[in-house]
Amino acid sequence: MTSTKTSSDPNSGRAAPNLTRDWPIATYNALKAANVRHMSFVPDAGHSTLIDCFIQDPDVITNVLTTEEEGIAIATGAWLGGIRSVVLMQSSGVGNCINMLSLPVQTRTPLLILVTMRGEWNEFNPWQMPMGQATQASLEAIGVRALRAETGKDVVETVEQAATMAYEADQQIAVLIGQRLLGKKQW
Amino acid sequence: MVSDMNIPTMNRRAAVDKLLAERDGALVVTGLGSPSYDVHIAGDTDANYYLWGAMGGAALVGLGIALAQPDKRVMVITGDGEQLMAFGGLATIAVAKPQNLDIIVLDNQHYGETGMQSSHTGQGIDLSKIAEACGFAKTDQLMELDEVNELCEALKEPAGGPRLFVLKVKAENLPRSLPPRDATYTKNRFRAHLGLPTC
Repeated sequence: MTSTKTSSDPNSGRAAPNLTRDWPIATYNALKAANVRHMSFVPDAGHSTLIDCFIQDPDVITNVLTTEEEGIAIATGAWLGGIRSVVLMQSSGVGNCINMLSLPVQTRTPLLILVTMRGEWNEFNPWQMPMGQATQASLEAIGVRALRAETGKDVVETVEQAATMAYEADQQIAVLIGQRLLGKKQW
Repeated sequence: MVSDMNIPTMNRRAAVDKLLAERDGALVVTGLGSPSYDVHIAGDTDANYYLWGAMGGAALVGLGIALAQPDKRVMVITGDGEQLMAFGGLATIAVAKPQNLDIIVLDNQHYGETGMQSSHTGQGIDLSKIAEACGFAKTDQLMELDEVNELCEALKEPAGGPRLFVLKVKAENLPRSLPPRDATYTKNRFRAHLGLPTC
């Protein structure tokens, strides 16, 4: 006999979210629930849906950056002024940030970075390899905690708890979103 | 050969004194090195946020504060070398269009902290023209201390966007006046000044 959901099931009639596909929207919702009101970014294909969600949100201020370390300084200033910021970048951008990360690390200012990984899974561009391989080690060397997420569900849960550790426990955290989830870049 | 007419003579501390005497509640962020000492010796307050490192970060920290506190004016006081490291940041600030962010560059055309090596601004790079090209609402380059009086008045006028002013100051290493080096202390008192919880 085929089992069916009963009317008492709270999920009845509502499809479970497909987080493999829709993790960016669920991540956006998690960051909104954490009261994030500022987002800065250097564009990345893996972050495109999340970037669009924030840009279209009139309650969130967004800054497009010329280089990723600007976002670290802006996020520190935003916290000084009383609002929570998230910085979106690709793994290659982490290398641009290293000295500027001394600012939130040394001032013990909450920082949340979401990093889409390159150079680790099905990568076709050899120029992405060095920084992709060095991303986690670089972050940890400067004093930023790096947390990896490999599935859509994993991304959402990791961002949710990282937001708590960043904004409430004064930590500097990067969530590294695995390239296996993002898929091979389409040309 | 460079004539004496082109060598800046403005006293940086006298200029900063004037700017801070007329700050009118502005929040102040300083770039590392001499600008931090100049602002500190003018009078330490909870509304000052001094950088001791993170070179290239001052104007962008200022942007973050300005976006978070739209009803307060933010004044970044930094040096030519520090702002040169955030060349692209001027583009980011111009695109962000904050109406409450003013950047003051104390431009002695040298890296004073490291042995007075010549910087780009003594070799033809004019940061006020760069900011103007980026789309800043108002920019200027000041050569004389008397001009700072007019600048103080101009800064009280509402801005249509970010403003940047280069003050050509004498290249000299004045006695240091050291702000607190404990970064969390400075952060917490700045936030407390704004009525924000310290943790």
